[in-house]
Amino acid sequence: MTTTTLAVLVPLLPFLGAAAGLLLGRRAPGFVRPLAVLPTFAAFVLAVVVAVDQGGGKAIDAATRLTPTGSVPIELALHLDGFAVLVAVLVGLVATCVQLYSTGYLRDDPRYTSYAALVSLFTSAMLLVVYSGDLMVLLVGWEIMGICSYFLVGHYWETPEARAASLKAFLVTKLGDVPFLIGLFALATDAGAFRITGVVQAALTGGIGHPTLIALLLLAGVAGKSAQFPLHTWLPDAMAGPTPVSALIHAATMVAAGIYFVARLLPVFAASAAAMTVLAVMAAITMVGSGLAALAQDDIKRVLAYSTIGQLGYLSGALAVGDRGAAVFHLLSHGAFKALLFLAAGVVIHAAGTNSLTAMSRMDGLAKRIPDAYWTMTVALLALAAIPPFAGFFSKEAVLSAAEHTALGESQIAPSGAGWTVLIAGLLTALLTAAYATRLWLLAFRGRGAEAPDHGRQPFVMNAVLWVLAIPSIGFGLTAGYLGDWFDGRALTPSVTTAVLSTGVALVGGLVTYAAWRHTSALAARTPMGAVAAHPEGDGSLVEEEAIASHTEVYGSIASAPDPADPGRLLLGPLHRHAATGFHLDAVYSALFVRPVLAAAGLVRFLDREVVETYVRAAGAGPRWLGRAVRRAQNGNVQSYLSALLAGSLVLAAAVVVLANVTAGS
Amino acid sequence: MHLAYPAVLAVLLFCTGLYGVLARRNAILVLMSVELMLNAVNLNLVAFDVWLRDTLHGGQALTLFTIAIAAAEIGIGLAIVLAVYRNRGSSDIDRLRDTAEGPDPADPEGPEDPAAPAQKAEAAA
Repeated sequence: MTTTTLAVLVPLLPFLGAAAGLLLGRRAPGFVRPLAVLPTFAAFVLAVVVAVDQGGGKAIDAATRLTPTGSVPIELALHLDGFAVLVAVLVGLVATCVQLYSTGYLRDDPRYTSYAALVSLFTSAMLLVVYSGDLMVLLVGWEIMGICSYFLVGHYWETPEARAASLKAFLVTKLGDVPFLIGLFALATDAGAFRITGVVQAALTGGIGHPTLIALLLLAGVAGKSAQFPLHTWLPDAMAGPTPVSALIHAATMVAAGIYFVARLLPVFAASAAAMTVLAVMAAITMVGSGLAALAQDDIKRVLAYSTIGQLGYLSGALAVGDRGAAVFHLLSHGAFKALLFLAAGVVIHAAGTNSLTAMSRMDGLAKRIPDAYWTMTVALLALAAIPPFAGFFSKEAVLSAAEHTALGESQIAPSGAGWTVLIAGLLTALLTAAYATRLWLLAFRGRGAEAPDHGRQPFVMNAVLWVLAIPSIGFGLTAGYLGDWFDGRALTPSVTTAVLSTGVALVGGLVTYAAWRHTSALAARTPMGAVAAHPEGDGSLVEEEAIASHTEVYGSIASAPDPADPGRLLLGPLHRHAATGFHLDAVYSALFVRPVLAAAGLVRFLDREVVETYVRAAGAGPRWLGRAVRRAQNGNVQSYLSALLAGSLVLAAAVVVLANVTAGS
Repeated sequence: MHLAYPAVLAVLLFCTGLYGVLARRNAILVLMSVELMLNAVNLNLVAFDVWLRDTLHGGQALTLFTIAIAAAEIGIGLAIVLAVYRNRGSSDIDRLRDTAEGPDPADPEGPEDPAAPAQKAEAAA
């Protein structure tokens, strides 16, 4: 089979798996697990084959037109370059791991069938986005991911948190998608094509009429999908979904789609210096803000969610300085270690019976209960904090050295102001990242207090998946020397200045947090806190659902806990209160959008209940009064009926006589 | 004899009967008034039969029919009145209002009939 045929099969297989899973799920429950895992795994293998075939060489383009579509043609097109094939391998790997992990994590879940089918459908949509060579086909995958994300975040729909989070995720991303759609149409009109090759060609030859407007419109959609400031607020709340969903959608793949889209169309964005500056500022605010917010979170998954937002900020930063090779390199390594972090967090939540770091910091020996999760999570946190030689170090260095090149004027794609913004924010974020990674590790695995509850051994498949993902988290950075040829040919190896600087600030961040923890951990014993959902027999998802539902009741907030033993509280000082709520952005949105909409709904209800219904009630009241008058005659007295009969016949007789006389007279 | 005498007599009889049917409260008296009206009609039938010199005497034949039917009617009527009286302890037409429209359930200010519940209670007894 040719590479093109294989590439078509890659998104098609999970799609067919999803359809078959949904159709057969009820009738043949034994087939659900194979139908979930095997097509995804086959897609992963095919993606690897396609990547090997493509080999980072010249891009492979193939297209077929189903039907003429008016002025701008829409084609089913494939565009396989180094970016596409490598991202597809990442998607396939993470999706396979997540499907395997879910068979253990949602072992007893009654809705596993639809869950697995939706994850497969989601995988297929992401692979479609990655391989597609046509913007309209890309948009189809983009929107399918949005709706799958809605369903999967709302998997525990019995809890109000999950219902609210799924609606919020859907509405916020749609808020970005509307300008995105308009931007796509404007872009296609200017360039005369929906094909990515055609659009890029037009952008390189200056054929785009309004590059700033189009780039800003597209950026709105990217900010929504990739959770960049100011549309990032859905991502932390989306942690109300099951952990494997967080790993797949909200760490490794869907949020990467926005970044990947910008990387694909980078020449369009690079045509406008304003757009690049906006992207750089957006990335800088996102990075620093999310780093601060992550330090204040109590839910282990919300820490990771804010860390995802921050790492996506690095990716947008790399794009803002015009180096998509570095961006996609960091996307790949981040996808691996962040998926690992989330899946390990799922094991931790199951073993500890809580998602609260406060409760975990009062448990002894959690690390000994789950050695696999402990070691792999340590590896992933080191990768996240960009400590050499783990994967995160090399990819983050690629981003920072790209920013340095732009700042010093060695690269002309983006303005040097953007370079400085990204570089400084990136170094600051490296400090914060190391700080919250250290805090997470210390609170989760170095707790003191009562013995951790024994929830039995974790399923083998869950631990095995963790080790599979640990391999790229450790070793992927070593490919930095070769990967440059797969991308734009620019070197991805770290430069000495930024490497020393960022590793230095990361070490400082880690050590300061450790010192703060030594100072505060003594307080933990004095203030007993935390609640544990104990289900030794239940699967992970049951424990997690209860932990999410009880967090607000126990601590009074979904995000933070009033714990004096938290080193983040000492480090952030007065900022802690604001950081815990994500710097009150939700309150701003609530004032700007939610309350006006609610007020408008109240007005509509008033108009309906008080104005429209008054007319209806009046229309009913007239006949009712008439009917009451007529009913009065029905008094049951036969004699009065007879009297009426007599009077009626007299009147009739008189009328006949009068009429007869009148007609006779005329 | 002039036609006017029996005609006027018939009118007087009919009006008396009509008054009795519409105004009397005792069911037996109402039935008697019905008889009066029937007989006024009979009187008319006979009078006009004579005045028109009908060879077939259709008026007289019809009168016989009416008398026969009136006899049957009064029999059934009296039986009903007797049954009602045994059942209710009264033959007062004004109080036999089972078919009256009750007060409007959706309308508290509708016409209230205090006699109705009492009658129901009697019916049950």
